[in-house]
Amino acid sequence: MDWQSLFGLSLQQMIGPTAVIYCLAAIGLNVHFGYTGLLNFGQAGFMAVAAYTMTSFVTTWGLSLWLGLVVGLGVSVVLALLLGVPTLRLRADYLAIVTIAAAEIIRQTVGSASLVDYFGGQDGLTDFIADFRNLNPFSGEYGIPGLVEWRAYDWFVMVVGWIVVALSCLVVWALMRSPWGRVLKSIREDEDAVRSLGKNVYAYKMQSLVIGGLFGALAGFFTAFRSAAVGPSFFATDITFFAYTVLLIGGAARVFGPVVGSMILWFLLTFLGEFFAQATSGANPLIPTAIMTSNQASLMRFVFLGLGLMLLMIYRPQGIFGDRKELALDAR
Amino acid sequence: MPADISTAQSDLAGVAHEPGAEKPDPILVADSITRSFGGLTAVDVEHVEIQRGVITALIGPNGAGKTTFFNLLTGFDRPDSGTWSFKGKSLNKMPAYRVARLGMIRTFQLTKVLSRLTVIENMRVGAIGQRGEGLFSAMFAPLWRPQEDANTKRADALLERFLLLEKREDFAGSLSGGQRKLLEMARALMADPELVMLDEPMAGVNPALKQSLLGHVKSLRGEGRTVLFVEHDMDMVRDISDWVIVMAQGKVIAEGPPDSVMGDPRVIDAYLGSHHDQDLSEMEEEILAEALAEVEGGHAASREDIR
Repeated sequence: MDWQSLFGLSLQQMIGPTAVIYCLAAIGLNVHFGYTGLLNFGQAGFMAVAAYTMTSFVTTWGLSLWLGLVVGLGVSVVLALLLGVPTLRLRADYLAIVTIAAAEIIRQTVGSASLVDYFGGQDGLTDFIADFRNLNPFSGEYGIPGLVEWRAYDWFVMVVGWIVVALSCLVVWALMRSPWGRVLKSIREDEDAVRSLGKNVYAYKMQSLVIGGLFGALAGFFTAFRSAAVGPSFFATDITFFAYTVLLIGGAARVFGPVVGSMILWFLLTFLGEFFAQATSGANPLIPTAIMTSNQASLMRFVFLGLGLMLLMIYRPQGIFGDRKELALDAR
Repeated sequence: MPADISTAQSDLAGVAHEPGAEKPDPILVADSITRSFGGLTAVDVEHVEIQRGVITALIGPNGAGKTTFFNLLTGFDRPDSGTWSFKGKSLNKMPAYRVARLGMIRTFQLTKVLSRLTVIENMRVGAIGQRGEGLFSAMFAPLWRPQEDANTKRADALLERFLLLEKREDFAGSLSGGQRKLLEMARALMADPELVMLDEPMAGVNPALKQSLLGHVKSLRGEGRTVLFVEHDMDMVRDISDWVIVMAQGKVIAEGPPDSVMGDPRVIDAYLGSHHDQDLSEMEEEILAEALAEVEGGHAASREDIR
């Protein structure tokens, strides 16, 4: 067992570009679910519209990447309004149904053969990254020699990504300590009570949906930056549920919950994946092939992740940062 | 403003003791309000006025439509027809939050505290017209901090009055049922309402707390506020209300001061059934005779058919 490469790879993923993406997506879900109680199961949809808008601006229409980025933010606001108008007056479950369906519709649409000229079908879009890459001031390799290393471009995406995460946390913190944030938390607790106190609940839920969607859009941009490509498979439904996992590990309705949750999830996923890969490979593997082949081992990380989540829900349902007393109040 | 109370109360002396009576200084007026659920007409109120500055009780047996009427007045439900106004301003089709902003704040039968917020945060939410509740000003604390401090000061004073000050930093979800009732009432006062609408403030409250709640409701009137409450507890109605409106089967069936209303035969009928003073065996005979007559008639009819 090569412990050094095991920890090195895990560390690389823990703070790598992928962790940034899930962190941003989870920050959006934190605004939706953690603070307002809105069940958005279509965060991948917000990511997809933003990423596809930005990339198609360059690849399809030959316009500026930055213009595409701004318009992408605008399109995700429009998506939030479209999803919110019919559902936010209804019970919470309707938003969940509509968002999960909308995310799939968006993914199927951008991947469809009839729109292949605009969105590249199943192959997706590439060749849009130049404007972003040109800003990269780094060259060579970064990291801790012998343990973990990042290529200059990955390092650049990470640095920009964590700065955006920090700013996002700052915005969430500033909003949630304010009377505006207090109204959102009150809506999560009891909509009718908030209505009886003279607050326009519908408008607040809409604002929450838009703001959380904007963080989703940022996650979409970084998905495109990380891979220098976008494709329909980048925005599958499981992205949203991994983002929820990140949120619950860190603790909902906590500013730093998504940050720590994302790091833990990606450390564990990589560590388990690599551990089982090494344990089943080589001439004389740690785990005999009679028990497990290396093909089977690649799925073991999800088995153990599921087990870990179960244990977390049993012994620490409030997540890392949550307050157990607060959670116990739910069982009235 | 004690002087105002006595004038408001003496104004009521000249009001007729009949359903839909006109009041000298009504704050809330409702006309021909109806609301039905499927085939059931839950509320069918022709005319009702609520006098300003006094405590009005809305009573009636279970299923009389009191809470539904409450919901209609406060914008939590839409009537099928009817008009109603608060301080002369029509409330038709006005959403609940705007009704509240006009100064008409309600509480709920099943107390609604915001469990995972502290008691003081519950109070702060109650204040109306907060600058920091706008999305953009929310980001910049200096814009809303002074107002927030003033609201907090007011909230602390109210918590002290409602004996909740030592619970200030506790989660509202950890309060007892009675304390939640107190918190809900105190929170309603944060909006500085002219009309306070209490939906069964005494439900599930122990006798000791009941007395202090009565005192709190009276103190609302003492501040010049109007109180309208729904209640089942007759002691409370007799103790503190200046005027009583009785509903049964969706209609207002009687109005008047507590003593006169409670002696009203229509009210007793509504609560106890119209046959409550009739002998049971007499009734049985009557029913039997009716049934027999029907059977006879039926037989006669069928014989006719055969011929």
